[in-house]
Amino acid sequence: MSVHERRSDSEITERRLLQSTVEVARHVFSSAAASVFLVDQDTGDLIFEAVSGEGEQHLVGTRFAAGTGIAGWVAASGQPMIADEVAAVPQFAQDAAESTGYVPRSIMAAPVIREESCIGVLEVLDRSATWRGDLADVDLLAMLAAQAAYGLELLLRLRQTEEALPAAPGGDDVHVLLQRISDRVPRGGGAADPTALKLLAVAEELLH
Amino acid sequence: MTQPPWRRERREHFPGVPAWSLATSRLAPEEFGVSRLEDVTREWAWGGDGAGEGGAGRADGAGVRVCVLDTGVDAAHPRVGGLERSLVVADGDDLTVVDCDPVDPVGHGTACAGVIRSIAPAVSLTSVRVLTDGRSGSGAALLAGLRWAVEEGFDLVNLSLSTTRSQYLPALHELADQAYFRRCLLVASAHNMPVVSFPWTFSSVISVASHDEPDPMTYYYNPAPPAEFLARGVRVPVAWRRGREIRSTGNSFAAPHITGICALILSRHPWMTPFQLKSVLYLAASNVVTSKGGAHVRA
Repeated sequence: MSVHERRSDSEITERRLLQSTVEVARHVFSSAAASVFLVDQDTGDLIFEAVSGEGEQHLVGTRFAAGTGIAGWVAASGQPMIADEVAAVPQFAQDAAESTGYVPRSIMAAPVIREESCIGVLEVLDRSATWRGDLADVDLLAMLAAQAAYGLELLLRLRQTEEALPAAPGGDDVHVLLQRISDRVPRGGGAADPTALKLLAVAEELLH
Repeated sequence: MTQPPWRRERREHFPGVPAWSLATSRLAPEEFGVSRLEDVTREWAWGGDGAGEGGAGRADGAGVRVCVLDTGVDAAHPRVGGLERSLVVADGDDLTVVDCDPVDPVGHGTACAGVIRSIAPAVSLTSVRVLTDGRSGSGAALLAGLRWAVEEGFDLVNLSLSTTRSQYLPALHELADQAYFRRCLLVASAHNMPVVSFPWTFSSVISVASHDEPDPMTYYYNPAPPAEFLARGVRVPVAWRRGREIRSTGNSFAAPHITGICALILSRHPWMTPFQLKSVLYLAASNVVTSKGGAHVRA
């Protein structure tokens, strides 16, 4: 398995974790849709990272302007909340329809907090009436948001690592890599680092 | 009662632990020992809930100045009923507080201001915008706005927000104490998330979580802090953008109910100090008053 295959594989694992969180959220509230947004730390924009239900085919990667709707309230105040009867507000319905193609009756959202800052929002559209009651729904959503925080954190970490990795010229060609190592180690210099030597020995065995 | 609730071991802040509100329609608040100050009733505190049609005889918040630290307030919204002043913490290093147009790009502050007005119709409201454009507000702007409000001598400051950034903890703590001694009472919504945040966790502020009953004047004392009071926070009719209304649930809307009730008390008893005000809130709480047969009261 090449390095790139391994990377895209772990990308899938991290995405699956987020996707599984929104799937659980959608099913536990019997809702029309559930989604996780990432808050762009530079602009405040909200970006769909995972969607279950309405819009899951086309919304991932879509951006919303900062401060938009209930997700904006939640990102601003850091508090989970529910908004009901939003469909009765013509302006809201129009905004929502224009941006996602779907007009919800109710929206429930909680901030996704990593360490000390709000990095995202977990949102559930049109939950069905439950025996739990609104306060228990808010608590449950907040707990799922804690789970989404781990998912987003892993995804962000993965992206940072990828950005930090220099694009290796020659890709997976072992000869190019060996040549580069050889070029960078000064001949006749002092003793090489013992750990590096051991690792090279291991690599040699593995390459046979 | 073997051990009073306030000696109880604090729950760990751990993801997966439910937060502070209590579904009081399904679950009775726990019983606790009540120390009565016999003369204080809801009637004494603000004229009582049964006062004449249209609230005649009830305090209305007149003469009390409230500052709403939030996303700004839309002064033109019918639920808000006008502002005394509208300010914003300016971008830049010095974080000065400057006058601005009475608008609210997000809508959260307008919703909170509307709740306060619905309880205390004659109160004076001022808005300071410390949260901007949907981004989670910088703790620095919150600190600057709060410092301004405390120095300006407001009677009450509504904080339906909190910060999770520990770097602001010492400064906020000091400011909250300063506010307390200047008789500027901070009313803060409890954070309904399993995270550490403040200033709602400070003992110098009044912290509020939600109950799930529909009466705006029903509130409970919670003998197991840090959330000291439970006020209406479920399906609250609140202001929405462009003069409209939605129903919303969250501790953000519970805090302004208590702010409004404090404004009623202060308009009737303008010399009351923060610790007196907190005591009166306690004594007039729905689970402390004796008028309903004293069900919660233990001698």
